[in-house]
Amino acid sequence: MRVFMLGWEFPPFISGGLGTACYGMTKGLDEIGVQVVFVLPTAVPVSAASHVAFRTPADLASPEVQAVRASRKARTETFERVEFHRVPAVLQPYGTPESFEQAIRSLEARQAEDLFYHYSHEGSHPPHAAAPPPQALPSGTFVSGAGANYAGDLFSQIYRYARMATEIAEASQFDVIHAHDWMTYPAGLAVAAATKKPLVVHVHSTEFDRSGENINQQVYDIERMGMHGADRVVCVSYLTRSIVLSRYGVPTGKTEVVYNAVELPDSDQWEMTPIRHNERLVLFLGRVTMQKGPEYFLQAAAKVVQKFKNVRFVMAGSGDMITRMIRLAADLKIGRHVTFTGFLRGKDVDQVFRMADLYVMPSVSEPFGIAPLEAISHNVPVIISKQSGVSEVLTHVLKVDFWDINEMANKILAVLRHPPLQRTLRQHGHIELRKLSWRDSAQQLKGIYETMSPPPA
Amino acid sequence: MASVVFYFQVHQPYRLRRYTIFDSDSNYFDDKKNAEIARKVANKCYLPANAVIEDLVRRHDGRFRVSYSLTGTIIDQFRRWVPEALDSFRRLAETGCVEFICETYYHSLAFLYNRREFITQAQLHRKLMQELFGQTPRVFRNTELTYNNDVAGAVEEMGFDAILTEGADHILGYRSPNFIYNPPNCSSLRMLMKNYRLSDDIAFRFGNRGWAEWPMTAEKFTHWVDQINGNGYVCNLFMDYETFGEHQWADTGIFEFLRTLPACVLATRKNDFLTVSEAVARYPAVGEVDVPHMISWADTERDLSAWLGNSMQANALHDVYAASETVLANGNETLLDDWRKLQTSDHFYYMCTKWFADGDVHKYFNPYESPYDAYINYMNILDNVRNRAATA
Repeated sequence: MRVFMLGWEFPPFISGGLGTACYGMTKGLDEIGVQVVFVLPTAVPVSAASHVAFRTPADLASPEVQAVRASRKARTETFERVEFHRVPAVLQPYGTPESFEQAIRSLEARQAEDLFYHYSHEGSHPPHAAAPPPQALPSGTFVSGAGANYAGDLFSQIYRYARMATEIAEASQFDVIHAHDWMTYPAGLAVAAATKKPLVVHVHSTEFDRSGENINQQVYDIERMGMHGADRVVCVSYLTRSIVLSRYGVPTGKTEVVYNAVELPDSDQWEMTPIRHNERLVLFLGRVTMQKGPEYFLQAAAKVVQKFKNVRFVMAGSGDMITRMIRLAADLKIGRHVTFTGFLRGKDVDQVFRMADLYVMPSVSEPFGIAPLEAISHNVPVIISKQSGVSEVLTHVLKVDFWDINEMANKILAVLRHPPLQRTLRQHGHIELRKLSWRDSAQQLKGIYETMSPPPA
Repeated sequence: MASVVFYFQVHQPYRLRRYTIFDSDSNYFDDKKNAEIARKVANKCYLPANAVIEDLVRRHDGRFRVSYSLTGTIIDQFRRWVPEALDSFRRLAETGCVEFICETYYHSLAFLYNRREFITQAQLHRKLMQELFGQTPRVFRNTELTYNNDVAGAVEEMGFDAILTEGADHILGYRSPNFIYNPPNCSSLRMLMKNYRLSDDIAFRFGNRGWAEWPMTAEKFTHWVDQINGNGYVCNLFMDYETFGEHQWADTGIFEFLRTLPACVLATRKNDFLTVSEAVARYPAVGEVDVPHMISWADTERDLSAWLGNSMQANALHDVYAASETVLANGNETLLDDWRKLQTSDHFYYMCTKWFADGDVHKYFNPYESPYDAYINYMNILDNVRNRAATA
């Protein structure tokens, strides 16, 4: 089984959970013997490299055969059956026009000097690796911006990506096409039309999650076209599936749910010991935007502070609502108890998890939500909103309605005040986490691939 | 001769209302829901089952005999919301063929934490039985059949003739639960041990169509009881009374089974029915059963882990009993009653994380979305109790 996979982010080039998910999924598929060709629009500066080998598609100039050969050479031990193709396109959804232009400029500059960028790191991690892959950065890596602010001429980039992906596809052997989120759906459809291979689209989030009711019609149209044009629609949760069914009119029989998972850190990779500090620390970590519910976090914080003084609320992340949140903290008169860290990455994420006594994800709408899994893997107790896909798979967490700030504060206080509650959540959470493996998700995907493209008898 | 000893447990807890840390009143109980459940279970189980039992007792001329244990909390709830259920139990008591067993008034685990409180609650319950049914209980059962040698010792000291517990395999080994035993540290107290196989055939498996013995009939069950003949004296069928009509719905045929069983058993002319006191009076103890560690009738573990299996449960139990002195010293009767209602074992059962992820019987009986919610709610209320106790 060979899969032609279209994504738009992959560690360390990530702005959200999608990159982390693609990383885990491809690794899981690799482990169960499914070959993956991964096409990635990495126009962003490749200052950080990862353990995987990236390869340009020889920029359409060199023979495709050569490209395939190059990629084979570049395989590493971790991903035996995954090939990576970078195509020069800027797919950057959470951006401002400025940041988008900047990315385009750097792409052009780089293309001028080195069109055939080739990375091959045989076994060793490069010293300048900014973000080891499993450490997802659950919020906007490159820019701050709202979900709804689609940057600059993103749409022409999407079609540019589709064109290039088709060319790579025509030179590749595969059985199934698998496209992740709307920006790659046009590419998926184009490749499917050109090669007549079955198409899976994978819905990690929908326009309704990102923008509420004020959707971007262009994005919605692309999503809808992708879902209807695909042979199978994989959703990251039943929550997302219900949106796909009700808002996009996708036939029920075409949809599947495959949950995300988490990669447990190797014990030597991360320092797991908590960092001691005097105040109790409650963490929000994510894009500071409507979808993530940062204002509910602060409103609950104000209620907590009435009862419990020795506490600090850390809002880690950037986004379009950040200045509003700083003002809100001041209006609620809890400025003294709130810290805004800005966007955290790599080691800092690890550090803040080690300091945290509690992680809160008050998302208004969260198709899945990998960050709580990461918190649990760091031994941090978790409160999640019931309006999240991850709430379908986690039982040993506290759950609240995102709007119920009274209950959120009640639960935050309970965790802060009762060590036995923290202990029980940690113990059971850690066991539960082991049931969520990318290998199992990959196994499910493989089953879906096989129904579409039965192996030759 | 083998004697069937039926003992039915009748209990409902005072479920708590949703109580956050921002609440400060002292209304802890969800009385609307408690009333609703008490009425519902009375209509589905207590009233129809009592009617069947009363009829059986009369029809068999006193040869059909059973024992009950009603907790103080369910009697209190009957008084408030379903007085007709209490009346029907009174009528059963008047037949002279029904025995009432003593237990802790509040269905508590007080024995584990506070011996004096345990004795007080047992005495309260004994008094209640005397007042209501005109009987002085001679047999004791500790909450959820939790038991060890120390419980036996304390119960003998209170003057009881016998105690009920689980016929756990790891305790009995090759021995059978169909005999009467005595604890190693008691001079006269007897033990009646639950025959969990036959009890569970009725309580858990009766309506299970996947069970090899389904459908179970009175004839079949009588045959199983008859097999004890020659290998034992008693067939101890201990179960929740809610088995009839609530756990096993009426449409499983559970009431027909109950209606026809006595006639079937008595027709053998070798077997009969006894209440718990009659059983210990008629048969001798055949040996000692040593139970150094706590056992119970719950789950496959038959231990305390359903109420005391994680840190939250340990913490909540510890804290509720740590408030003993201040609550008792305070002297406020309402506070005392509230505090005791908080000792009911169900509150700790709701915090159990053992089977939570798999969703089964624990979830079925649980009014909370998760054991964590149960703990948080409980601890908020306990905070308020402590504050009240501290202020005169």
